[in-house]
Amino acid sequence: MSVDSACPAAGGPIPPGRLELADHTFHIGHLQVLDENGALIAKDAGGAPDLNPDQLIRLYRGMVLARAVDDRLLKLQRQGRIGTFAPATGQEAVSCAPVVAMRPEDWFVGSFRELGGRLLRGEPIDRSFLYYNGHEEGNTFDGGERTLPVAVIIACQMLHAVGIAYAMKLKGEDAAVVCFFGDGATSEGDFHEAMNFAAVWQAPVVFVCANNHWAISLPREKQTRSRTLAQKAIAYEMPGLQVDGNDALAVYQAVHEALARARAGGGPTFIEAVTYRLRMHTTADDPKRYRTEEEVKAWERRDPIPRLRKYLAARGVWNDEMQVNLDEEIRKEIEEAVKKFEEAEDFKPDAPFDHVFGIPHPRLEEQRADFLANLSREQGHE
Amino acid sequence: MSKLNMVQAINLALHEEMARDQNVVCLGQDIGVDGGVFRVTEGLLAKFGAERVLDTPLAESGILGSAIGMAIAGLRPVAEMQFSGFAYLMLGQLEGNAARYRARSQGRFTCPLVVRMPYGGGVRALEHHSESHEATFAHVPGVKVVMPSAPGNARALLAAAIRDPDPVVFMEPKRSYRAFREEVSDEPEVMEIGRAQVLREGSDLTVISWGAMMRPALQAVGEIEEQRGASLELIDLLTISPMDGETIAASVRKTGRCVIVQEAPFSLGPASEIIATINDKALLHLEAPVKRITGYDLTVPYFSREDMYLPSPGRVRRAIEETLDF
Repeated sequence: MSVDSACPAAGGPIPPGRLELADHTFHIGHLQVLDENGALIAKDAGGAPDLNPDQLIRLYRGMVLARAVDDRLLKLQRQGRIGTFAPATGQEAVSCAPVVAMRPEDWFVGSFRELGGRLLRGEPIDRSFLYYNGHEEGNTFDGGERTLPVAVIIACQMLHAVGIAYAMKLKGEDAAVVCFFGDGATSEGDFHEAMNFAAVWQAPVVFVCANNHWAISLPREKQTRSRTLAQKAIAYEMPGLQVDGNDALAVYQAVHEALARARAGGGPTFIEAVTYRLRMHTTADDPKRYRTEEEVKAWERRDPIPRLRKYLAARGVWNDEMQVNLDEEIRKEIEEAVKKFEEAEDFKPDAPFDHVFGIPHPRLEEQRADFLANLSREQGHE
Repeated sequence: MSKLNMVQAINLALHEEMARDQNVVCLGQDIGVDGGVFRVTEGLLAKFGAERVLDTPLAESGILGSAIGMAIAGLRPVAEMQFSGFAYLMLGQLEGNAARYRARSQGRFTCPLVVRMPYGGGVRALEHHSESHEATFAHVPGVKVVMPSAPGNARALLAAAIRDPDPVVFMEPKRSYRAFREEVSDEPEVMEIGRAQVLREGSDLTVISWGAMMRPALQAVGEIEEQRGASLELIDLLTISPMDGETIAASVRKTGRCVIVQEAPFSLGPASEIIATINDKALLHLEAPVKRITGYDLTVPYFSREDMYLPSPGRVRRAIEETLDF
């Protein structure tokens, strides 16, 4: 359809009193590769994505690890050994599958419910424990030069993703950006500004919106009147689609194609990954106040992990013995991480003074001296 | 040497820095084809191209938020807010992210970027075009706030801001844009951020000001020196944050008297911080209470009352005389 901006977009002038004729028809594609039992359903549409057994197992292992770390974090939080954290159980496919589609030189720009993806990007488990225990030290890791720290302000990171993507384009780097956020983010002004800037600049960025149906207590249908979140892309002339966010292969396929488009100069893509937050918003939240057990149970049946496992077993690349071995391997890995985390050295108390400005200034150095003097007195080292 | 006004001097710094470092990019509303509503960015588009001089959509948070991403990825963005009165729409990104990436990542990710914005009254403009709210930005840890007062220091401080490893809010006194000219060196100049400048040395009283208020301050100082033969020291603060407490304290220890001239509202502005600094470092040297001439705790009145509202050379002169005579 060709649109002349000097004329009404479609169908010519609208007669007075007939403004409801404004045309709201559109089509949003929905991608699903596996059914709820892990069987291929997209045979006609091209079948399973082109992933070799190593990649498939990497993806599956990442998801199983994410779930296990989530379980452990919840226990640690309940025991008072870490602070507040945002569980991601049920959303492993959305955070892990894009990382399998990414290259190391691509940028990972997340919010706060993508621990699985971060671990797949190479973040050591004990570093993540540090973050959840109130240490900035847990926000970075060796090899994480292109994995941004957790962003807490909703939708703010989308603009950073666009700026990074623009920089990649300007510098002629063969790299793109994958940016994660949730359904609540789509109501923020920064969502609009980021979508708009990305489209105008044709920035190589893939927006992955984890529609987990709840923004703390606000259900998806009160977040927006739009029938889908994916349709928001239409207003920006940006490719947009909906995928089954609990189908790791569908998420992979969508991000894989979007990244290829971004790298080829085709600009941004918006992917709405329909999923569900099976646990609380954060450990400070009680979801029983706003949603029913039945709803949660219904989504537990669509759990992305057993679904992928059944597919792997059917493809002959996974079996029960491998599962037993993997569970044991992950159990040990997490135990070692807990040990390392709890034995971590005392961090430098005045480190925050080191990271205000790159160039030290006397005004802040005077305050550091005061801080250290007081700390010393309080710790009895007068 | 050439005689330039502040618009030309800032424009010169932008040209020099963009030529020096290909990672420097400019972005903002109407900065390219139009050259900026004050023509500060004139000629940049033709010289450096649309990839490095970006006419952005009309969205302040979008401009700063994307500049943050550019900075993280190795560029040196210079973002323009068309007027400081619209800059509140990007305050969330400034406070929430630009100021924090270094702390959040312990130095791994940083935001070497500049946010330029014209500020202040005196040009008979519409609502939201006359504020002097530097304290709003200066209260954010991790952000530097620089306010030049003249063509020479505007050019040299902007170069420093662009080369600085951290976010710098660069507030340009719009009523000084074309008010006067100054000899500016043909060679690029860079001044240190975080340092005040003693513009005139004196022994009886210290006058401290910055930005557009340096003009009335200078006029009042000249008049009083001439009329009374008093020896006045004049300090141009230049950087609001981090504040150069040592230069302030050293001067007041010497003179024992101080008058501060600020355009911003009375309460909780830089003048309050200067007085607190004098309290910390030079209290026992004082021979008179420190006086401040400021705006009032008001929304800036529409321009029919602007001249009454803005600190005038007369108000500054009376404050200096009262403090000298205390």
